[in-house]
Order: sequence, then structure tokens, then C-alpha cells
Amino acid sequence: MLSRREFLKLCMQTTAGMSLARLLRPEILKALDQGEITRSPVIWLELGSCTGESISLDNTLDPDLKRLFLEIIDLRYHWLFIQAQGELAIKTLFKTVEEDAGRFILVVEGSVVTRNDGMYNIVLDRNGQLIPGIQLLKEIAPQAKHVVAVGACAAFGGPGAAYPNPAKAVGVQDILNLKVINIPGCPSHTEWMVGTLAHLIMYGEPELNNYNCPTMFFGKTIHDLCHRRSDYDNGKFANYPGDEGCFYKIGCKGPVTYADCPTRQWNNHINWPVKAGIPCIGCANPHFPDGMMPYFEHLPDIYLPGGKTRIEKIGATLGGITALGISSHMIGSILTGRMGKNQIKGTQLREPNPGEKAPVQEKILDNLEKTEKTSQELVLSKLDEILRYQHNLNIKLMKKPSFLKKLKFWVKKKDEK
Amino acid sequence: MVKKRILPLTRVHEPMQVEVEVNDGQVTDAWVSGTLFRGFELMLENRDPRDTAIYAQRICGICSTAHAVAGALALEEAYNIQPTPNGSLIRNLIFGSDFIQNHLRQFYVLTLPDYARGPNTSPFRPLLKGDYKIPKNIEEKLYENYWKATEISAKAHQMLAIWGAKAPHQQTILPGGVTEKPTAEKINMFTALLREAEKFVVEKYIPDVYTIAEYYPEYYNIGKGYGNLMSYGLFPSGPGNDKHFKPGIVEKFSRKPSQLDPRKITEEVEHSWYKQDEAQHHPYEEETVPDMDKPQAYSWVKTPLYNNKPFEGGPIARMWINEKYQKGVSVNDRNIARALELKEIINFMYLWLEKLNLGQPTLNKHEPKPTAEGAGLTDSMRGQLGHWVKIKNGRTAHYQIITPSAWNYSPKDKNNRRGPVEEALIGTPVESLDSLIEVGRVIRCFDPCFSCSVHVIKGNRKLDKYLI
Repeated sequence: MLSRREFLKLCMQTTAGMSLARLLRPEILKALDQGEITRSPVIWLELGSCTGESISLDNTLDPDLKRLFLEIIDLRYHWLFIQAQGELAIKTLFKTVEEDAGRFILVVEGSVVTRNDGMYNIVLDRNGQLIPGIQLLKEIAPQAKHVVAVGACAAFGGPGAAYPNPAKAVGVQDILNLKVINIPGCPSHTEWMVGTLAHLIMYGEPELNNYNCPTMFFGKTIHDLCHRRSDYDNGKFANYPGDEGCFYKIGCKGPVTYADCPTRQWNNHINWPVKAGIPCIGCANPHFPDGMMPYFEHLPDIYLPGGKTRIEKIGATLGGITALGISSHMIGSILTGRMGKNQIKGTQLREPNPGEKAPVQEKILDNLEKTEKTSQELVLSKLDEILRYQHNLNIKLMKKPSFLKKLKFWVKKKDEK
Repeated sequence: MVKKRILPLTRVHEPMQVEVEVNDGQVTDAWVSGTLFRGFELMLENRDPRDTAIYAQRICGICSTAHAVAGALALEEAYNIQPTPNGSLIRNLIFGSDFIQNHLRQFYVLTLPDYARGPNTSPFRPLLKGDYKIPKNIEEKLYENYWKATEISAKAHQMLAIWGAKAPHQQTILPGGVTEKPTAEKINMFTALLREAEKFVVEKYIPDVYTIAEYYPEYYNIGKGYGNLMSYGLFPSGPGNDKHFKPGIVEKFSRKPSQLDPRKITEEVEHSWYKQDEAQHHPYEEETVPDMDKPQAYSWVKTPLYNNKPFEGGPIARMWINEKYQKGVSVNDRNIARALELKEIINFMYLWLEKLNLGQPTLNKHEPKPTAEGAGLTDSMRGQLGHWVKIKNGRTAHYQIITPSAWNYSPKDKNNRRGPVEEALIGTPVESLDSLIEVGRVIRCFDPCFSCSVHVIKGNRKLDKYLI
């Protein structure tokens, strides 16, 4: 069998026309043949989803769906593919859970709906009783060998949990007290899913980053891998989608998004958003979509109890994690002299256009000085409020005291200034 | 009299529940319901309007392009701009590729297992009890095509990605056109893939649909429904409102389609889990709050009506209104019309490729307006789709989506009149109450997609009152 190191090399080495799966398939087949691994039972649960990940899985070309279903995995339950319906489908599901406990891989697609005890997402009728998705998930997940959350919704709540989150949806890891492997993206790339499944079958759990995403796919930022990176370094910036140049100024979220889209590309290595003339919208970022919007501006909107407010109103401190990430990246680049003089000139911020009111760093700092209300305490109290309110941020950031510390330090510095 | 519930009804996009009342082996009443609520329209409020065409796609992974197109059309009407000719053509090519993907998956992945038995392994086993009439050797051929169809539909998404960056949820369609530019290389690559798809559609897909109809002729008489058909029109054919598939209305199987008047579209919530509101509303005005305690309600889907009547949409409606297929409306006819329509669409795609003008702009650059409103109406794969948007202070103040599955799978209206699919189910013969395979066949010929049928509009929240 391929060593794990060689496998990882294969996963990360993607060249046009050579899909990950094509490289993997012979190895998987060999291992299956020699009895080193067995065809793993898979249960695929769709909760509050758009079916995007299932369709993305459909898009696998090498191995094609036939080989995936007949040779590599044993797809026992996925309501897009199974022939059975109603009672027979439910029987099959629970039979697998019972007989293959500890062996099956549970793949979850879509956010977990919690409103009305989950009754806003009913997934099956067991002996006349309506079972919500959250209950089914809690019931079968402990029996699974691995739990994989595919797509932004299952991993972090994603679009299914966007403000004001009418269905009170959350990610899978917020519900389960189990290790959940997250494969973000909207939708997840078919190779991210097939590659992770292959790793699970052959070697067990892959190496994961802080957000439990496999580092073999989510190890570098889009910005670092981007083929327009030289435009950024040379200070050549686009002012409108479709133009030549780096999309940094029109809101590209590449600098804060960890994914290998630029090298892997989409749909059998055909294209990817920046190549097609549109900024990255950060769909693999844990804060997608609220933390990534507006798509065409640097700074995200902030949602507060009672409504949404613009970044200027609450001051630069709350400029969202995205803004912090993006601007600190640029400041860093200027300081380290990575960008030439023309770059600095190129990044001079254009006059905000009245229809668009592009919030720019300088402008926000000006506002911060003008506004009386943005004292340190107020800002921090509001920050707490936001963190509590925005569920994703709550979970991810509260665990990171260093972030808050940094933020407090930053606020203090600004206030002194 | 027996009442039976199927949940989950599988091989549809997202969960679905069907309840049927069976008398003497025939369906005598039906209740179809969506069982997932996400509240997408609420999420679309108060966003930057430039984001909505891209974000609205997340409502549905199978017909994402349709939502991008409708969203972009709505904003174009609001901003009073036109896409560039190249932009409009490329948008059609993207949308057309998604049709290839959708129609092939609808027939092979979702529908075929109802009629022909697949290989003896999961996910094709266990098998529902039913009348499988197709001989073994033909079944094997059909499943060869099943796997080939999954490959061709993946390649159709590859075609889509040539212009749309990625699929599902392409990213290049914006108000004013698309961001991707035509080059000779892309056109060549696209044409090669289109040829491959065309070959499969002509040589396999269309004959396979007829094969099923041949072995199951009774399904020409099952699933007829009201015969009320409706289309918003599909694929703009130039500047102005001309479309390759023209819009129209057909009542009670009439062979003469009449004009569509979008002002006659209303929605009501009598049997939906939303707080009651006395009147019917036009989508611009609709206000609703979710309410799961409502006694008579049984679905998250609302009841859209046209001129106070339920209407069905989809390939059969488009083909009928354009007088290209008027043999009948039934389970078989819907599947056949879908296959024939795909051939028509592929022919149009060659035409659009020829018209592409290298070097000409694909995007009409424009300034967003702070206050505006617009509607984007287009047909999608499974029927008529509408987006309605109101913009205030440069933000979306109101967003409303009525999807084709809301039209097709609507619950009963105020007068207890069934939705189109519920009506089509009436009279379906049922052999085994355990499997109800016949009910599944009727439902799947409409190409169900429940992720997007479920929607809610405005709540009683007060926005913009919170200041710091």
C-alpha cells in the first residue's frame, strides 16, 4: 500500500488533466484487492442543505461514480441515490447503524436545524413518529467510525445559518461531542470529499488544522497560491470584476481563505473564480457567508441584535475578523518591503463612490477619531455582544483568548492615538 | 380506506413527505409537503444587492444557475440595464449546460430505479416491491447508460465551469452579464464537450425514455393533473424580451396558449405553516411569519396561484406552450417532453456559440442605484422561477422568491383545491401499500427539488432601529 507520506504528496500535487482520484484509484483498488482495506459502509445524511455537496460528489470523474459506488465505498443510505423509499429506506439505515456500528463513515451534508427542537427539519417517519434531523444525527453519530461534515453548512453553519438564521441552524460539531472532520466550501470540491474519504479508508484520520479541516487541502491561503499573486506584488489592481489584475481592492477574500482552488481548480481542473474574473467570496472560510459579505468590498457587514450596521458606525475594532486579516496582511507586505513603490501607489484607496460607499481603512480610522462613542469599553462590550450573537464567531473565537487580547491591545493603541 | 405516509420520499433533492389516501387500490386524495425550513428570503434582506445573485444560488444546489440568472435579471430590471450581447449568450451557455446536467440526472439517477433494477448492491438494494417489467438484458443496457449519464452530467458541469468558474454554485453571472470572456480555446473545449453530450442525448437518453414508456404504457394515463400549464419563457434570444422558449399559459389541456400576465400571480398560506393573513398577496407585498402550531397546515411550501388557479411548470409546459409537444400530459409525457426539450436546447447552444464575438465585452459595467425595485422571471429546469427585489438605501429591503417546486408541489388552497402534483396523484393505481412505488413514479416525473420550494418572507422584526 502507498505510504501515508506518498498519499499526501499525491493529494497536494495536482496538475491539470491529472485528477487526484485518478492517482488514488489504482492504489485503493490494490489495497482492497490485497485485503489491506475493505469497502467502507457509508451513511450520507442530508439535513438543512441545498443538495450542493451531493451534486458536487456526482461530479467526480476519476474515479467516476460507478467506481466510487461499486469499488471504493458501500453507499448504504443517501436519499438521492437509494432505490428504496419510505419504510424500506429507514430499515436499511438502521440496519447499517446496528450491524456496522464502529465501522461505517457518517457523512453529514447541510446545517443542523435546531428551531422548535429541530422540527423545522423532519427527516423521517419511524413507526408514525416524525424524527427531526438533529435527533437522528445525535442518535447515529456515536456509532460511526468517523463523522465527516461536508460543505460550509455542515461544517460551520454556512449559508444555512446566515443572519438572521431563521431556522436557528448550526454546524455539526456544535451539536456532537465527537470529533468531526470538516470539509468546508460552498459546495465542497469533489476531490476534497473523495480525497478525505480515501484517506479515512486507507490511513484513518488525516492531519487537521485548528478548524478540523484536512491540511492537505486547506493548508495554504488562496492568496498565496493565486496565479494573480504577481499582480498583487506588482501593484496591478482591478477596479471591477472581469478586469485584469489582482482583485484585492474589490473585496477578494483570498487572503483569509485557506483552500487550494487556484492549483486544483474546479470541475476536473477547468476553471476557478479568480481565473474567471470574479473575486474569491471565501466560501471555504469558517465565517462564510456573513463574515465574507459584501463580496465586493474589503470589510464585512456586522450583524447586531436588531439589525445590521455598517462597519464605520462601530469603529475599526469591530471591522470583522476578515478585515483584520486582510488589512494586516497588506500592512505586513508593505512593511516587509515585498511590494514595490508602484504597489503602494496602486493601493492608494480610490475615492469612495457615493452609490457604493466603499469603507476604507483610513476612512474608518478617521471615523473612529470623530465618533465620541467609540471608547474602549463600549467597543469591547459591543464586541462581546456580537461574539455572543454570531454563533459561529462565538464558538470559534471565544476559545481563542489570544485573539481577544490582540484586539484589546489594538483598541487601546488606536484610542491613545 | 387507508392512509399512508412516505417519509422520506427518496431520490428527490431534499426531504419530502407524501401522504396518500388509498381506496380499492387507487389513490383518492393526497397531501404533499416539504419538511425543511431554512428561511432564505429573510437572509437575503439587508444585504448588498450586488451579492444577491451569487448568494441566492445557495438556496438550491441542483438548479443553482437558475437562481443566479433570475437574481441577475431582477437587478437588471431594478438598475435599468441590459447585459451585453456576449454576456447574454454566455449566460445562456452556462444555463444550458446546467439543463444538460439536470435533465440527465433527473432521468437516470432519480427516475430510472423506479422502473428498472440496478446492480445487486447498495445503493440499488434493497429493492422496493413493484412491477418491474423490463427484461434483464435491457435493464443491463439501461444501467450501462446510467453510469455513462453520470459521467456526461459531470462533464456538463465541466462545460458550465468553462464560463462559470465552478459548479454547482457558479460565480460569474452578475447583473450586466458575466465576468468570464470568450476565447477560441474555451469555445473549442466547450464545443467538444457539447458534441459528446449531444451524442449521448440523441443515441441513449431519448431512446431510453421511450423504452420505459413502451414497457409501461399505462403511465400515459396516470398522473394527468389539471392540464394547467405555465411558463415564464426561457433563454433570451436577443435584446428586449424575446425568448427562445416563449412564455405563456395553457388551461385545461387547451392547444392554444394564451398570454402570461405576471400581475396575476399571488400566493396564499391556508395550509402552510405560516401565520394566517386574510388576503392573497402579490410577491412584492407578501409578509409572513412561520407558525408550526397552525392546525390545518401540513407543509412549508406555500400555495402560489395564477388568476386564482393552480398551475404546473416544467419541460412539458414549455414544450406545449411552444407547440413542440402536445401529445398529452402524463407521467410518460413529462419524461418524454423533458428529453426532447434537451435536444432543442443543445441545438440552441450551437447557435449561441456561433454568435459569440471574441474581443467584445461580456459585462455591462454600471453603478448600483440606492433605491429601486425589479423582478426577474425565467423558467428553470423544473418550471417557472421568479425573484422579486426591493432596494432601499443601497440595501435589499425585500426579497421574495417563488420557485417552480412551490408551484408544482403546493399544498391545497383556501377552497381545498389540490396542488398540481396532488391532483396528478389522484387515480394512481397502487399495488402494494408497503412500497407505493407507483406514487413515487408520479412524483418524480415532475423533477422535484425541495431545498428551494420552502420559503418565508418578511417577519415582524424591526430592522435598522438599532443604533450604536
